[in-house]
Amino acid sequence: MKLRKSSAAIATGLVLSLALTACGGDSDDKGGGKIAIGIKFDQPGVGLKTPDGKYVGFDVDVATYVAKELGYDAKDIEWKQTPSAQRETMIANGDVKFIAASYSINDERKQKVSFAGPYFLAHQDLLVRADDTSITEPSSLNSKKLCSVVGSTSAQNVKEKLAPKANLQEQGGYSECLTGLENKAVDALTTDDSILAGFAAQKQHQGKFKLVGLRLSDERYGIGLKKGDTKLQGDINKALEKMKSDGSWEKFVKANFGPANYKNEPAPEITEKG
Amino acid sequence: MFDFLDSGQYDLLEAFWVTVKLTVYSAIGSLIWGTLLAGMRVGPVPMMRAFGTGYVNVVRNTPLTVIIVACSLALNQTLGVTLGSEDFKVIGFRLAVLGLIAYTGTFVCEALRSGINTVPVGQAEAARALGLSFTQVLTSIILPQAFRSVVAPLANVLIALTKNTTVAAAIGVAEASLLMKEMIENEADAIFAVFSVFAFGFIVLTLPTGLVLGWVAKRVAVKR
Amino acid sequence: MTSVLYDAPGPKAKTRNIIYTVVFVAVLGLVAWWVLGAMADKNQLAAEKWSPFVKDSNVWTTFLLPGLLETLKAAGLALAIALPLGALLGIGRLSDHAWIRVSVGTVVEFFRAIPVLMLMLFASAAFAGFTDLDSDIRPLYAVVTGLVLYNASVIAEIVRAGILSLPSGQTDAAKAIGMTKSQTMAFVLLPQAVTAMLPALVSQLVVIVKDTALGGVLLGLGELLYQARPITANYGANTIATLVVISLIYIVLNFILTSIASALERHARRTKKTTGAVVDIKKIDAGLGGGAA
Repeated sequence: MKLRKSSAAIATGLVLSLALTACGGDSDDKGGGKIAIGIKFDQPGVGLKTPDGKYVGFDVDVATYVAKELGYDAKDIEWKQTPSAQRETMIANGDVKFIAASYSINDERKQKVSFAGPYFLAHQDLLVRADDTSITEPSSLNSKKLCSVVGSTSAQNVKEKLAPKANLQEQGGYSECLTGLENKAVDALTTDDSILAGFAAQKQHQGKFKLVGLRLSDERYGIGLKKGDTKLQGDINKALEKMKSDGSWEKFVKANFGPANYKNEPAPEITEKG
Repeated sequence: MFDFLDSGQYDLLEAFWVTVKLTVYSAIGSLIWGTLLAGMRVGPVPMMRAFGTGYVNVVRNTPLTVIIVACSLALNQTLGVTLGSEDFKVIGFRLAVLGLIAYTGTFVCEALRSGINTVPVGQAEAARALGLSFTQVLTSIILPQAFRSVVAPLANVLIALTKNTTVAAAIGVAEASLLMKEMIENEADAIFAVFSVFAFGFIVLTLPTGLVLGWVAKRVAVKR
Repeated sequence: MTSVLYDAPGPKAKTRNIIYTVVFVAVLGLVAWWVLGAMADKNQLAAEKWSPFVKDSNVWTTFLLPGLLETLKAAGLALAIALPLGALLGIGRLSDHAWIRVSVGTVVEFFRAIPVLMLMLFASAAFAGFTDLDSDIRPLYAVVTGLVLYNASVIAEIVRAGILSLPSGQTDAAKAIGMTKSQTMAFVLLPQAVTAMLPALVSQLVVIVKDTALGGVLLGLGELLYQARPITANYGANTIATLVVISLIYIVLNFILTSIASALERHARRTKKTTGAVVDIKKIDAGLGGGAA
């Protein structure tokens, strides 16, 4: 009798653990447990994994705030790296609940994912050496050596619209461009001014680089989420509104972009609804 | 299924042409650099032997990706080497060729060294008895025979080099694999078609090399 | 053997060698001086760019060591899967049945002709499109799949060459005592071929380790080289310093593997228990693999 009981218990245990592993894949679907959020790991000021294993940056602060409003503690957040090319796939596959990773809202992306926000308005801009005053307008780029990240929208923008004749070097990452800029192999690094401000604000770079302040494009950063999830979209929008009204937005901007002397735009109106 | 080929959006031939150019320039360069390295490694000057050995051991054990990225970062961006061009596209291509030569040269060197080993000792002894110097022994007696016995291994190096040119994508050289990456991202529903097109391209490039050089290897091999 | 190529240096040759040495060292010194000068000039030797690797142990524990572990994991998995698969393919190419020989041969030649990078790109796209693999693990699967497809084909050739290197008397003797073909393969040929193959297999591991670096730059696998990105983002774009440190790790790791390979080769040639035959990787793969990056 005893034996049968224990074997029954073992059987139940087995079945339970099987069932648990079976739904382990989508256990972060419901509130209360963990939440997976996609950010960038390599953009100082925006989303950065630091050597002590922490995550810092404006997107991280915003995402933490939003998660808190959705009912998740900071310690329940599982940060996931979302490289630009994989953002849509990762949302569609349910790898992350939402993405806050310098993710500009545009029509092409809206066909695959839904957005909440925007929560920030950035512009494509140029980072140049602090003593360089030769670039004042977009057309002066045509005689310059530019650097950007391979396959990025900023690179496309330069090639197609801004300065088709500019000599554009495409590197694997921003750091490589910064090395080129520091060593005078290129004249300017171009991407969103928020990212540039983050790099310029790093203590190793202080006094070396400056933003030109050209507003070459409008990049409205939104929070990407599964297409058609209007409930989550509404909840996140509510959280973003609250973030603006209680002064947290201002605080996050100052903390992350402040040191770069970056003139940020005021908090944008929320446009992505239902 | 293959309709993306007709859209005119992708220039496949251009991309493969870049692959071919990378291969040809790098092959010529590595043959020269590899022979020089082999010469240093078997030569009488201890310093050069040490350099040759050190170079081969370091470079052969480094991933090609690292070498090519280093060419771009260190040579171009820090040392200001532009290889005679102002256009970043041209510079990138030339840097990739340089990286491929630096890497492939070590394999040419090692193949040649094993070829030198196959030449009977008597050949070198006879040459020295005639009063030939080291350079003369190497260039007119040993190397001509060594090359004939290493055609097959060198053919393998060439095939590997052809495939290795894809690594140039890491510094944005617009060769076949970069185009394939772009096409995979844009044509997500036709990835099998995209893959088979590029696979076919590489089979066309590498298979004849293997067959022709295999035949040449048999023709020129020194009968011993 | 080198000494066969030139006479033992006399007084004149000795002076000449010294002159060559001096000139050669001078040229190397000039190059080094130019490189270091330019780096110092461009502020690349600044302590702040290099000190994190010495002073901040977090660089190692958060980025470099986990990266190295990922590299070893991908390489180890790839070898563990490619080895049995390659052995099967290699034996298949020696089959007495033409249809097995030809079809296995086609598969092997196909995967040897295509760059590893392309196999990885394709595997990554296929996993993203047709499976619901978690995004954390997808790059690893894609990299391992690419490496396995390619390296199984190379290992197949190593196994085939290893078996062919054995004297035909071995097969004849096995037949004479009434062993079947599979018994001959399993108990006579394969065990002896392993010794001949071992150095080539370890060399192939070096190729695999180097090829994992492809997965970082183009697929986002968190391997060693990929760690350059978060490190340089944290320490003010110290790209050169980071690249130097990372290459040193690769060089040391692969140098150890290469040394093991040559020690095994020397052992195989010396020992009397085997035929003393050794598979020369250069005949198969030129030692650099197809996509050897």
